[in-house]
This record gives sequence, structure tokens and C-alpha cells, in this order.
Amino acid sequence: MNANILLAGVGGQGILSIAFVIDNAALEAGLRFKQAEVHGMAQRGGAVQSHLRLSDTEVHSDLVPEKRADIVLSVEPLEALRYTHYLSDSGVTVTSLTPFVNISSYPEIDWVYDRLLALPRLVAVDAAALAREAGTPRAQNMVVLGAGADYLPLAPESLERYVRQLFARKGEKIVDQNLAAFRAGRAVGQYHTALLESGLSPEDALSLMRRASGRDIVLDSAPIWREAFTGPRAASLRARLQEIDPKTLLRLNDETATLARERGSVLNDGGE
Amino acid sequence: MTKKVLLGDDAVALAALHSGINGVFGYPGTPSTEIFEYIAQHRPKDGSVVANWAANEKVGLEEAVGMSFAGRRALVTMKHVGLNVAADPFMNAAITGAHGGLVIAVADDPSMHSSQNEQDSRYFADFGLIPCLEPSNQQEAYDMTREAFELSERLEIPVMVRLVTRLAHSRADVVVRDPCEKNELNPAHDPARWTLLPVNARVGYRKLLDKQPAINAYSESSPFNTLALNDGRLGVIATGIAHNYLQEALADLDLSPEARPSVLHLCVYPAPVEKVRRFVAEIRSRGDGAEILVLEDGYPFIERQLGGLLGLSGVRLRGRLDGSLPRAGELSPDSALRALRGEIQPPPLPSALPPRPPALCKGCPHGDTYTALSAALKESGATAGAVFSDIGCYTLGAYPPYEAIDTCLDMGASVSMAAGAADGGLHPSLAVLGDSTFMHSGMTPLVGAAKRNCPITVIIVDNGTVAMTGRQDTMATGDALENVVLGLGVAREHVRVLKPLPKAHDEMVRVLREEIAYQGTSVILARRPCIHVR
Repeated sequence: MNANILLAGVGGQGILSIAFVIDNAALEAGLRFKQAEVHGMAQRGGAVQSHLRLSDTEVHSDLVPEKRADIVLSVEPLEALRYTHYLSDSGVTVTSLTPFVNISSYPEIDWVYDRLLALPRLVAVDAAALAREAGTPRAQNMVVLGAGADYLPLAPESLERYVRQLFARKGEKIVDQNLAAFRAGRAVGQYHTALLESGLSPEDALSLMRRASGRDIVLDSAPIWREAFTGPRAASLRARLQEIDPKTLLRLNDETATLARERGSVLNDGGE
Repeated sequence: MTKKVLLGDDAVALAALHSGINGVFGYPGTPSTEIFEYIAQHRPKDGSVVANWAANEKVGLEEAVGMSFAGRRALVTMKHVGLNVAADPFMNAAITGAHGGLVIAVADDPSMHSSQNEQDSRYFADFGLIPCLEPSNQQEAYDMTREAFELSERLEIPVMVRLVTRLAHSRADVVVRDPCEKNELNPAHDPARWTLLPVNARVGYRKLLDKQPAINAYSESSPFNTLALNDGRLGVIATGIAHNYLQEALADLDLSPEARPSVLHLCVYPAPVEKVRRFVAEIRSRGDGAEILVLEDGYPFIERQLGGLLGLSGVRLRGRLDGSLPRAGELSPDSALRALRGEIQPPPLPSALPPRPPALCKGCPHGDTYTALSAALKESGATAGAVFSDIGCYTLGAYPPYEAIDTCLDMGASVSMAAGAADGGLHPSLAVLGDSTFMHSGMTPLVGAAKRNCPITVIIVDNGTVAMTGRQDTMATGDALENVVLGLGVAREHVRVLKPLPKAHDEMVRVLREEIAYQGTSVILARRPCIHVR
């Protein structure tokens, strides 16, 4: 087993916190790892990256070779594009959709999204919105970690354990907010994957992702979303894509709503 | 068996603690800073291990030599360019030799991630005639640092541990051993050895030369230099972490046994000459197509030694010098793989994405100072003139929107370059540097400039911390810094204190214009704490 991960973002966004969680979960899983990171000058609001390699055998290079990354995990969409040459043919890009604009030459955001959409495999989450919902805008890094969790060879419970440890000294409230951010990211990440697996175009899936809320989408509900977009009423749903959001999605589709009730999940504000 | 997750820097630090050091010294500098900081955070709470940042690397190394003189073990840390500052005690401590174990941990920065050059400290070890250990991974960073203290005491010589950024700032699991006891206080009782009058220095230098066979023998027998002979016509000499990239590339290539290259992994310097001789003879004996590829993260140090002026006979020598590898920048698994395959190294592709360079933080006092300075220079109507800057966060004033500085050479050079330019007739001639950089190397040029009342304006952006490297304590800030400036001989009426804030803009511009107009040495203390300091 090998996993090559490129963590990316802007200095100050908490890339090394993501690395801390993955490193420790890897250690707990008995894996070997190496994790090269950036300190010093570049941390002052510049582009930062960290190479993280997990393996059940010895890891040699601290750096991921080009075209060998299984995941590019980025807390910023423009930064996700900076490392695409590291992606393997089957590699997935997990990124925040929230731009961090601290340079005057920052491109139009649609230019950035178009390039993300051209990538073969994409999981993109509105990290700022999800982090705010979780109680703290600072937890965007944990949202993105959550969105990537199902692509890591590590148990989500183990990752959560080290999210908890990472924030433990800041108090229970901060811990809970970051755990909520991690879980929301994970649920919404699964949602994006399910949309794409249902045959939605990358553009349509992304437009839904830009409206996805952690309040409406709960963990492990991917089968429900798949059902919605491949079931009997899928055609009418797709035709109305621009109007719907995850919250109304189930009301539009009785069958899915029934499924949701059976699974006892999905909508926590179903009475609306 | 205890396993820990450690940076390469942390591993050096923990090994030093486990080796029974009584102190760590040094000056912060990426990528070496975390060595000191790990010790400062993890040392025993009883004060038995001191962790004192020094004003500069020269002072730090001298303090470490002093601790070694007292019979105690000492570690000193710095970045590669810091060793330039410490070069004087470095060269001379090789001659006095060490008493208590003395280890100099230097972190080089190939690719200049946070530095103004990528000089290779192995040249310094060679220059000083001292042993150098270069770990290839975090485990070796721990093991070799422990070894370095033993070696230092056994051969009575300072020992260098050389790291590169990629190891210093990479984390992995490390198995650590039991700590050993500290040395008792046991001062050296040999003034002639420690007093480098010419008559003593000649004796000391002869002793240093006489130690060389023992150092060479150590290198020959060290298990850290490994030789693996295989059947291919290619031999690879990989130093330090270059060996990791080689292993990565070999795993990719999955060569047949007859094509597999022989590998000499070097981690201990001076290079083991007999081992190298055997290796080269073995490869040469393979006949036509015999090649040796040298992989080094840093300068082509071994490659040059091996080829000398005239190259190897009967073997083609490949590496950074013949273009098999890029001449500059750190190695990567990709460049190592291409070199093994004999492929051309492509030039770096221009990116379609806008670069995102580091920047001054929002609300940083330096930004307000630069805005005022640019306005003052514009209003003063000066057609010539220059702003000489220095090493620190404020170097980021080179980027838009400020584009406020003209130079950055080395620590303290802002003041001396401004003075030299003023002597050459340039006016206005300004220096901008931080409080810590001023205490590091800005005081010495200022004392001379003030003495001759050289027409320069020195702006000390006093944020009360060493911000760029992670907010270490500064030697003097606020009133203490002002007293230093006065003590160096700058006239009291031309030492001006400002608080850089947007609302103080007009006053700052006025004061700056007054001092720029003054035909003598003036100092402006732009005093406001770093926004990250609470």
C-alpha cells in the first residue's frame, strides 16, 4: 500500500494542521510515512505545499515524484491547480472552492473553476460556507481534510481522534467546531462523488456543490443522492437543476425522501 | 523502543538532548530554527540545559566553544549563510579543538526556499579540516547527531552535522535510544592550546593535521558510508538524502540484475578514499560504457573532488557538472530518475498560474513604514537615492504594492551599503532593517558611520521580535534599542521615534523628510510590535 498526497494552500490556512492529523493517523495504523513541509519566508501568505507519503513499507524520497500523487488536497482552488502535474492518471483533486485573494493578479474565479472542471477527478467543497456553518470560518482546512477523508487509506474515526487531539488545548468548543467541519466536509465530499457517479456533468455537479450545505447533507448518504439522480424521476430533476438545492432535492423526489426516512438520515430539518 | 514523529531538525535536537548537552546556542534561520526551538521546548524544566539565542551566529558558536572549554557538551545551530558569519570561530575552533563534545548543526537550503544563496556547508567542513556527518533521513539525523558528540570528544574536534531543507523540514517516525549522562564541569587546563598566538597556533594547526588520518580512518570504517556492488556498468555515488531519490528511482526502473547499478552511499566526510578508490576501480573494470553518476543535494562537492581538474580516466563521470543533473537547485526524485535514464533535464516550465509570493501580513507595521517612506522620498524630490534593505520580513517590501527597496545582500548590509553609497556621493542614502538584524550585524557599521557623521538615514523597523523565523526573542527593542543607537554615537536630536500606523502617515512623512534632508547620520526607530506578538 502506498499513498502519495500533495497538501496545498496559502501560508496561514493550516496546511500543517492537516498534515498533523494524517501523520498521526498513519502512525496509529502502523504505516510508515514521510512528510515534507514549508517553513520560513513562504509561510507569509505565499503558496505553500506539503508532500505526504504513506506506505506499509519504507518510504524513500521525502518528495512525491511527478505524476504519482493519489490526491492533491488543497484549501484554496487556485493552489489546487498549481500541483496538477503531480497527479497520477487516477489521482483525485480535493479542493476548497473558496478563493483566497491576496494577489492583484488573481484570475476570475470562473477561470479557476473551469480548470478544476477539466481535471479527471474532482471533489470540490464550499469550505468557507461549511466552516461557518460548523461554527468557525478558520476550520476550512478541516472541511477539506474531511472531504478527502474517504480517499485516504486511513479510518475516519482515527482521523477524528487526531482532529480532537490537535485542538484539545484550545477547549471543547473549538474541538467540536473542527470535528463538525471535518464531518460536514466529509458528507459534502461524498455528495459530490455521488453526483458525479450518477452521471451528472462536472459542470452541473459543481453548480450543486456551490449550493451544498452541511446542514442538509449528512454522512454516508451517497446512495440516496445516487438514487435521486438515477431513479425514475431523475430526468425531471436534472431539468430543474438550477432551481434546486439539496434541501429541496428530497421533497422533489418522493422516492428519495422515502429512502431517506428508511435510512433515518439525510434531512435533519425534514419538517420544513 | 520509543518511536516519535520528528522533523529532521527535531531529530537532531532530541539527539543532542539525549547526548547530555548542557546548552544550545545559535541564531534563528530557516531551515535550522526548529533545532533550537525543539530543545528550548523539550529540555528539562530544572534549568540544567540552557537555550540562549545569540545576537548572531559568530557569538553563538563562540558561546558553544566556551561551553566545550568548560568540559560540557554543546550544540550550536545556524543556517548555511549564518556559518559565513561564524566563519572566524569556525576555522579557529578546529585548531583549538573541542574539549566537551561540540557539534555544529548547519542547515543548507538548496533551491533557496528561504535564502539568498544555496552554498554547500560541506566545503566549510573540508576547509576547516573537521568531520562532517550528513544524514539521509530523520532516523540518521538522530543517530548521527548522537554519534557526532561521541566523535567530537574522541577526536577532540568540533563536528559538523549538515542538513538540507528537505530533511530539516520533513517529518517521519524515529526510534530513539536512552539518554546518556551529562559531563561534569571539567574546564580545560591547557592555555597554550586555547590561546592562538602564532607560536601556539602553529602547534595547534599541526595537531589538527595530525588528526586527519584518524578522521579518515573513521570515515573508512563508518557504517554510514555503504557500498553495494552490482553487475551494471553504471556506478552511482549518492550523498546524504540523494540516496533516497536514487532508491525511489531504482524501484521505478525495476532493472534486471545485470543492469543494476553499484551504489556508494556517502554520509561521512571527508570521503572514505579507499572505499571510493575500490568503487571506481570496480566500475572501471566493467570496460566500455563504464559510468559514474554522482547525486548530491547541494553543490557538486564529491563530483569535483572525484574528477579533480582533469576528470577520471576510463570512466565517464556524470552529475551536475556535465548537465546530467541541473547545476542549481535541490534534487528531486524526478531529476534523479532522468539522470539514471540518461534523459535530458528539461528547463522548468513557465506556469500559466499567477505566482503567489509571500507578503507582509495585513496590518503589518512595516507596510505603514514603507508607505510613508515612499511618500517622503517622492515629496523630497530626490532624483537619485536608494533604499538599502536587509534580511527579514521587511525584505518583502520588494514586492508590490510597496516595491520600496533597492537591495538585500546579507545581515546588516543595509547600513554598511548605505554608508558606502553615501561616501560615493549618493543622496539620499537610506537603510531599512529590523531590530534583530540590527543587533546581529547592523550595530557595527553604524558605529563607524556615526563616527564620521556619514549622511545616511537608518530606519530600524522595531517590531520587538525575530518575526520571519517564528517570533524568537530579540536582543534589544524599544528604549533598550534606542539606548544602543545613542551609545553607538548617533546624535540624540537625530534619533527619532515613530509609531507606524496609517493615521500617523503625515507625521511619519514629515519626520522622514527632515532626516533625509539632514546631511549626517540619523536613525529613525519605527516602533510597533509585530501583529503576531500578543
